[in-house]
Amino acid sequence: MSTEAAVVEEVVEKKAEPLFSKKNRKLISNPLDIDNPVTVQILGVCSALAVTTQMKPAFVMSLGLTIVTACSNVAISALRNTIPSRIRIIVQLAIVSLWVIMVDQILKAYVYDVSKQLSVFVGLIITNCIVMGRLEAFAMANKPWPSFLDGMGNGLGYGMILMILAFVRELFGAGSLFGFKVFASMGIPYQGNGLLLLPAGACILLGSIIWVQRTLNGYRESH
Amino acid sequence: MDNLINIGIRSIFIDNMIFAYFLGMCSFLAISKKVKTAFGLGIAVIFVIGITVPINWLIQNYVLTAGSLAWLGEDYANIDISFLQFIVFISVIAAITQLTEMAVEKFSPALYGTLGIFLPLIAVNCSVLGAALFMVGRPYNLAEATVFGLGSGIGWMLAIVALAGVREKMKYSNVPAPLRGLGITFILVGLMSLGFLSFMGFTL
Repeated sequence: MSTEAAVVEEVVEKKAEPLFSKKNRKLISNPLDIDNPVTVQILGVCSALAVTTQMKPAFVMSLGLTIVTACSNVAISALRNTIPSRIRIIVQLAIVSLWVIMVDQILKAYVYDVSKQLSVFVGLIITNCIVMGRLEAFAMANKPWPSFLDGMGNGLGYGMILMILAFVRELFGAGSLFGFKVFASMGIPYQGNGLLLLPAGACILLGSIIWVQRTLNGYRESH
Repeated sequence: MDNLINIGIRSIFIDNMIFAYFLGMCSFLAISKKVKTAFGLGIAVIFVIGITVPINWLIQNYVLTAGSLAWLGEDYANIDISFLQFIVFISVIAAITQLTEMAVEKFSPALYGTLGIFLPLIAVNCSVLGAALFMVGRPYNLAEATVFGLGSGIGWMLAIVALAGVREKMKYSNVPAPLRGLGITFILVGLMSLGFLSFMGFTL
């Protein structure tokens, strides 16, 4: 009798939580829009502004961050019941820095020029608030699989903002995309807008992106 | 001595952590609503950067760099453990932050009450790890590294206090609803950063 009940319960639980249930899909889609890490949760802003003068480093950076966030989310989520809460920040930092060291070594081995261009910002993934923020807010309280999806979703949301920023900044700042001279190849003489390549231009641009996004999705904040 | 003053001024104004490198933006944006808390956090950041940069300098030069373990004896002269840089630096920073928190809690409960929640957050403030990593990339000696650390912290504090001052006044202006909060803050930071660009004209 009891075994039967257990089996039924297990089946019900499996039905309630398929691999890509609506709830799990939301974990991926929410960070792209109403729960975006950069424009709504104010996480990971430093690198979003600093690495986006060109498309290529921005792309590599978003890839690296997505991998680190997803993997460390899984690791922390698997360990969540064994970590003493008083020292959890140090444990989290240690796990995150292991993944970052791996990403850094891989970048140095295969795409050395990009790794040079990103300079300290690969190392700064460790203190990227997105990673820590998601570990604290999600992985510490959820199972590994949803945590993995949450990490992927937030990495993609961050990547999306990075690509938009880098697209505008490289296209109008330097007149190229992924290093390919767009305006020159079309025969249009184009004088790059230096302001967009400066930190100041990036801030104002990101402010405008937030403005457009919030006009579209109706998210409001009182001062 | 001139050299030290140059490095100090350079790290406070010209290479300002916020306006030139965008480091420590998360707490910069999140905790800049009131001048008073911004000031408290700024002081704590100065303290932590000022201590961790020299400690990390010592570790970098006597433990991590290739061949730097030679002081332990001949056998250790060939060891290169520089790939452990990130994890060692962040551990030092996390430990110092924890110590700072305990010290403040014990000796000044009033200050702890004001800063309480921000103190552990300093461990994940990019500007602290950023300063350590910049320090590695530049040929500083110990005194220069200390001045660089303190200068970066002071620059960060100036920036957050300035932004908090502007944001306090923002309450009285009529900002379009979707731009309120984060959006207008970014545009403000952009304009302030333009102002700081004028320091780039100085040659030291």
